[in-house]
Amino acid sequence: MPGQRRVGRSTWSFEQEVRIISSAAVAGPMEGEGRLGECYDFIYNDLYAGQETWEKAERKMLEDAVSIALKKADLTNRDIDVYLAGDLLNQNISASFSAKAVGIPFLGVYGACSTSMLSLSLAAALVEAGYARYAAAGVSSHHCTAEKQYRYPTEYGGQKPATAQWTVTGAGVGIVGIREQGPRIRYATIGTVTDRGIKNPFDMGTAMAPAAAKTIQTHFEDTGRTPKDYDLIVTGDLAGVGHPITRELLEKEGYRMGDQFQDCGLMIYTSEQETFAGGSGCACSAIVTYGHLLEQMMKGTYRRILVVATGALLSPISYQQGEVIPCVAHAVAFEMN
Amino acid sequence: MSFSTSAILKKEQDQEYEQLANKHRPKPRVLLNCLKAFTVGGLICLLGQGLMWMYVEGFGFKPETAGDPAVATLIFISCFLTGIGVYDRIGQWAGAGTAVPVTGFANAIVSAALEHRAEGWVLGVGGNMFKLAGPVIVFGTVSAFFIGIIHTLIQMMM
Repeated sequence: MPGQRRVGRSTWSFEQEVRIISSAAVAGPMEGEGRLGECYDFIYNDLYAGQETWEKAERKMLEDAVSIALKKADLTNRDIDVYLAGDLLNQNISASFSAKAVGIPFLGVYGACSTSMLSLSLAAALVEAGYARYAAAGVSSHHCTAEKQYRYPTEYGGQKPATAQWTVTGAGVGIVGIREQGPRIRYATIGTVTDRGIKNPFDMGTAMAPAAAKTIQTHFEDTGRTPKDYDLIVTGDLAGVGHPITRELLEKEGYRMGDQFQDCGLMIYTSEQETFAGGSGCACSAIVTYGHLLEQMMKGTYRRILVVATGALLSPISYQQGEVIPCVAHAVAFEMN
Repeated sequence: MSFSTSAILKKEQDQEYEQLANKHRPKPRVLLNCLKAFTVGGLICLLGQGLMWMYVEGFGFKPETAGDPAVATLIFISCFLTGIGVYDRIGQWAGAGTAVPVTGFANAIVSAALEHRAEGWVLGVGGNMFKLAGPVIVFGTVSAFFIGIIHTLIQMMM
């Protein structure tokens, strides 16, 4: 019987040296022109990425991210024992179709935009338990495929409210294994699904904020850590509306989140880029984490960070039927030592 | 047995949350949006009127029939602007100003047709081009039917 690895209500403690071996982030043209443009491994010139359809473009981005991550780790697909991936499209097609090209035993996972940290938590657990020597976790999202599926045609001239968000085009992949160096995955806190009665699909930040607050609170309770223990705590894609709400919800619970509490959705685009409240999508937290934050950890800017990816678990059918938007958030704690 | 909190308590909590969230939501600029919509919508109508004059003066249409080519021209302009990817940007700025006139209807059809071209001509373009415009046609026809009946009944009573 291995040692107890569950801490508190829903936090997994990784006792071994489970680390990010390498990571890759690829992004669309608009993201490339954004604030973190220099951090991405590859920037596509257009939204089609040389493919015939947007769906194929999204898949290509995910495949490219996997191959770049492999190359950086100096590994081949034969070395990776499991590939966990997810996206936003019906039946997880970007992930499953990419798995066909990637050729690694595949587990499709879905947690909407929280899939980035969901897949990484599972990858780390599989490595920790010895079911995989190396595991790859990846996600993708594409502005046009997401709009097509969840909302209106991209060229439709309907006015969007200021609470709407802009789905990030790109893909991010992290390769996990046991090593002595690199950003270590210390904890993963698995979120519970919550809703606070929000039904508006153009206001995802408000819908997801309570889920993020709950997971962050659970993480602190389970691990005994406080906001001060982290150099940076980032939420996935709460953006301009949801992020301050989460801050206030946590304040009410007695957690004072300082300036180190940020949001990936507010880090990608410049204020000149018209993205309403900010970025969203699986790739939002993924390209910031895999492209920027882990790099900054290696450089020594951050010693310990917590990434809280948030997901709105709605479908076009559920909101048309007037159902509320259930949301979830999963947190992963990284540290350097 | 139920896993959830009581419906009344949940409703209270939801309302409390709504109040908290509302502080952080940017206020919709209703007045500004109305002004923009009025101006842009008005300009589109002015353009339509100008086109009608052009067709009457330049092409020998009668004033009663000049509306048809004028509307067709507006539809063409709207389709063209949608095709080159400009209409949605104007729409974001102008709101109802570009959505309500015939140009908005044309944009709804063309944008859906473009969007679903990748799924083929029949199931993609054919099956989806009325996705957004369909409800307008359906409820336009239904309301016309009922207004027609009311109109006839009033006439019979007079």
